[in-house]
Amino acid sequence: MNPAINSGLNSATNVLPVATPYFFYALAGLAIAGGVLVIMARNAVHSALALIVTLLAVAGLYLMLYAPFVAAVQIIVYAGGIMVLFLFVIMLVNIDRAAKDRRFNRIWPVGLVAACTLLALFVSAFVKGKALFPDRMMALAEGSNTQEIAKYLYGEAGPLGQYRMGQYTFAFEIASLLLLVAILGAVIMTKKKI
Amino acid sequence: MPNFITSYLGSTLTPGSAGSQFWALIYVLIIFTGVSVAVMAMNWLERKALAHFQIRLGPMRVGPHGLLQPIADAIKLALKEDIIPAEADQFVFWIAPLIGLLAAFTVYTVIPFGPSQAVSDMNIGVLFMLGVSSLGVLGIVVAGWASNSHYPLIGALRSSAQMVSYEVAMGLAVISAVLMTSMKSGTGTLSMIGIVQAQQEQHVWFIFQFFPLGLLAFVIFAIAMVAETNRAPFDMAEAESELTAGYHTEYSGLRWSLFMLAEYAAMISVSSIAVALWLGGWMRPFPNLLHAPAWDLIFSLFPGLTFVGLAAIAFIGTVRMPAYSFFKIQRIGLAVFAALLGFLALLLLVIAVAGRSADASVAARFNQGIGYVYWFVFKVAVFMYLFIWYRATWPRYRFDQLMKIGWKVMLPISLGVLVLTAIVGVIVS
Repeated sequence: MNPAINSGLNSATNVLPVATPYFFYALAGLAIAGGVLVIMARNAVHSALALIVTLLAVAGLYLMLYAPFVAAVQIIVYAGGIMVLFLFVIMLVNIDRAAKDRRFNRIWPVGLVAACTLLALFVSAFVKGKALFPDRMMALAEGSNTQEIAKYLYGEAGPLGQYRMGQYTFAFEIASLLLLVAILGAVIMTKKKI
Repeated sequence: MPNFITSYLGSTLTPGSAGSQFWALIYVLIIFTGVSVAVMAMNWLERKALAHFQIRLGPMRVGPHGLLQPIADAIKLALKEDIIPAEADQFVFWIAPLIGLLAAFTVYTVIPFGPSQAVSDMNIGVLFMLGVSSLGVLGIVVAGWASNSHYPLIGALRSSAQMVSYEVAMGLAVISAVLMTSMKSGTGTLSMIGIVQAQQEQHVWFIFQFFPLGLLAFVIFAIAMVAETNRAPFDMAEAESELTAGYHTEYSGLRWSLFMLAEYAAMISVSSIAVALWLGGWMRPFPNLLHAPAWDLIFSLFPGLTFVGLAAIAFIGTVRMPAYSFFKIQRIGLAVFAALLGFLALLLLVIAVAGRSADASVAARFNQGIGYVYWFVFKVAVFMYLFIWYRATWPRYRFDQLMKIGWKVMLPISLGVLVLTAIVGVIVS
């Protein structure tokens, strides 16, 4: 490539993101609003649509963390695949009856405890911050920007694939085995005669 | 300001990687206009070609040979009363066509019309295209449900089941093409531009790589993409003999036309995935074998000659128009159209001759760019014609046959092709 031609242009590597905080707040707000709508909507299909909005907003947040691969997988698997199946099932449910059901049930204290625990976890992670992460990762984070860390850790498909097929093969295979068991279980439960 | 605009013209980067918002916007506008015009042209061509397949004439009244029929249709649809059924879910009914349209058009940001003729180049290009185009089915599913009517609901259910089944085979076929990109360089790529460049480096279109593995993967993708876009013979979601019009039975006017626009835009975008992954993307035939300057010039004349051909057809049409006073206006219109096409042809030929030098001048790069876009669009156009041809030739599948083919034939074959591609790739390299 002739460098003279590209004078006056930024080269491919140093394109800086614009208005980062605004995008973050917009996406985070969208995700939260979607999440609230999921539990507030009376109609199950509306809940599912709100969930799709949340999932897409989270995919946008992944993009802002320079993790395009994770964002793409989020869209393909969750927004594209699983939510279509969700809608497929929900559309067969009798909406009229579901809308008249009581929306809050007796186990709300359990939910409250779970929510409080999760909140405490988040707050402690926020307060402790640095101390929670392994030294190796911290050494990486010092003196380099988000983009470089992301590239090293999870940003691109290449390193991610190498982790999966190298360092974490066992965990990955165990997880796939778990999914296989779930699929087999579903088949056995629905089909009486195989 | 002029410097701001011209600074990009000689660049070899996409606007996205050059960080040029201005040119990104220009590219987006060009692509949006181009796709909309292509959809209108496709609409006319489909009706005309289908009619000729069935030994009819097709649209003949509006304009010479019905050329203005799409415009008349668009006006008619825009002027129709906007109906939302009383029992429908108002908001979801309203937003459903927009979901489909957004998904169909967002995909175009990463389609590589040339090495720098794309809005942006993401390093997850293929995944982005597959993911966003799979969001399009949400529009269909939600539309069918929101209509609160039986036929649309059945159409939506069929569509979602079909989409989920064929996406698996499609994804596996895509992965085997992505595997092939790692052959020479050692590391593969998911970027659309990177995939085409890998084919350039390896001196082979991936459809011919590891024969017949590349061909098999391509065939699986070509079948799955017809299913994915709900076109015949897989148009179960809108099977008019069974479900009236399937998921868009309750839709009319502008909203209905948005569904049609989304469907055709999705057809073009999946065809461009196939072209970029297996058919060498923007590359002209035999770029390595026939690479002398003379060959470059000959191939760069193709865009101009295509328009010469189109102009000639329009001119013959003008001459053969019946000499009846009723056809006078049509004859003048067609003559003007022929002159316009001829002018475009002349312009393209002048650019081809002016930009024939191999240096990096703006004219030369412009000429190259036209060549890239021409060959890409040409290959996509072949697919568009195939879509029409399928529709005219094959009867619709029954739903159980559709599922059987998807899960019991295409999935095992694509898995086998993937494994064999990996094995052969390891052995060869």
